[in-house]
Amino acid sequence: MFIKTKIHVQNVHKGFGTNGSRLEVIQDLDFKVGDGEFVAIVGPSGCGKTTLMNIIAGFLAADSGGVHVDGVVRNGPNSKGIMITQQGSVFPWLTVRQNLLFGLAEDLPEREALAKEYAELVGLQGFENNYPHELSGGMLKRAEIARALVVKPEILYMDEPFSALDALMSLRMQNELLRILAKERHTVMLITHDVEEAIHLADRVLVLSPRPARIQASFDVTLPHPRRVSSPECQALRVAILKELGVTLV
Amino acid sequence: MKGKKTHALPSILVLSAVVAIWWAAVAATKSVIFPTPWQVVTGTLELARDGTLWEHIGASLFRVGAGFGLAVLVAIPLGLWMGRVHGAFLTLNPLFQILRPISPIAWIPIAILWFGVGNASPIYLIFIASVFPMIVQTTAGVHTIEKRFLRAAENFGVPRQKLFRQVVFPASLPQIIVGMRIGLGVAWLVVVAAEMIALRSGLGYMIIDSRNAGNRYDLVIAGMIIIGLIGLALDGFMRLLENMKNVRWRYVH
Repeated sequence: MFIKTKIHVQNVHKGFGTNGSRLEVIQDLDFKVGDGEFVAIVGPSGCGKTTLMNIIAGFLAADSGGVHVDGVVRNGPNSKGIMITQQGSVFPWLTVRQNLLFGLAEDLPEREALAKEYAELVGLQGFENNYPHELSGGMLKRAEIARALVVKPEILYMDEPFSALDALMSLRMQNELLRILAKERHTVMLITHDVEEAIHLADRVLVLSPRPARIQASFDVTLPHPRRVSSPECQALRVAILKELGVTLV
Repeated sequence: MKGKKTHALPSILVLSAVVAIWWAAVAATKSVIFPTPWQVVTGTLELARDGTLWEHIGASLFRVGAGFGLAVLVAIPLGLWMGRVHGAFLTLNPLFQILRPISPIAWIPIAILWFGVGNASPIYLIFIASVFPMIVQTTAGVHTIEKRFLRAAENFGVPRQKLFRQVVFPASLPQIIVGMRIGLGVAWLVVVAAEMIALRSGLGYMIIDSRNAGNRYDLVIAGMIIIGLIGLALDGFMRLLENMKNVRWRYVH
């Protein structure tokens, strides 16, 4: 089956610092993400995953190479792809409703209806007029996801989105995300250090090497949803991915 | 805000003790010029009845309102601009840092030279005194906006005007309010000082005039206490701003 390429990361190279003490972070990274595909990127900590995500989302420029979205060179972020990070960025001075309205044009007639619809989609109905500091960590994450989805982005960039949550809430949010993605198709790029999370969610898992980051291995996850992470297939995949990351399980 | 009543108890005891010691000291020394607390109360009532007290309070509050209001109108836009535009900050910040430590009292001769002895002089002094702390705080407020919020705003690609209205301004608002508290506090200090030197009305004038016209120290102390109470009330009024729902996030953790 032929899938249209959504994101093409083309020979991206990135380093920090000056000639004397230059740190190569990403070297000749090249891969494609198909339209509607869910790609997870795992790698050792400090390998430049977040730098890579910032380049792909347009917040950071590559030293050489570039990122094409729908065949067009990207130079800067836009609402076609929304970033969701570990620390979150729901505006604390706006209510949930105002946060959801933030990305919608002022003259959009259905903006209030959309905000309401997406608050309901993530289960925040009844909390629209609450401020973020009145919400729990999980609810805050839901608000962030709803704020991203309400602008109908084609791509979601998720950088360790659930890492700050406790293990139970993280699993719950993963299921929520799958439920939402079954309703609305998005291309998703997920950065995580949690291999099980990657297997649970993604269609393909890319393993990055230690700095400077290159693609070390790629695993297709063909199991249908809902996946049981404890199933032998998933566990075999997990062992294989961890092995690439230098962890051997007995 | 539990136990507010029990919290207030120690401070009420201290205040009572100060009044008691004051009273005892005046009685023990048999001073003819330093008033007892009761003489201060009767003096205040006398001024309140003939209306001059309200005129003085009104004159002082008017000057503070005008000078401080002007300073707010100048400082907040200027501070936001300096916070966002690095060139503006580099250009103007050194100047403001030099002007800021100059006591407003030092400006009095120049104020009289430029604005005479009417209301314009104290309004100018209050403006000068309160504008710099508010500029500095507003700029700091913009500079300390967390990058993740600016990034999110950039991600959604909202127009500049909306970025200011929904991100830059509300994110800086808690710091702006701190600046306004400092500014209003300084403004109140300055109005009293200015009125002592150059004016014929206001609480500062009332204090100097009471001393000059017959050593009415009961009215001097009445004036001081009223200044203190109004200053407290002004600060309390400013603190109400901190309870606005869209700035609460800054104070809860």
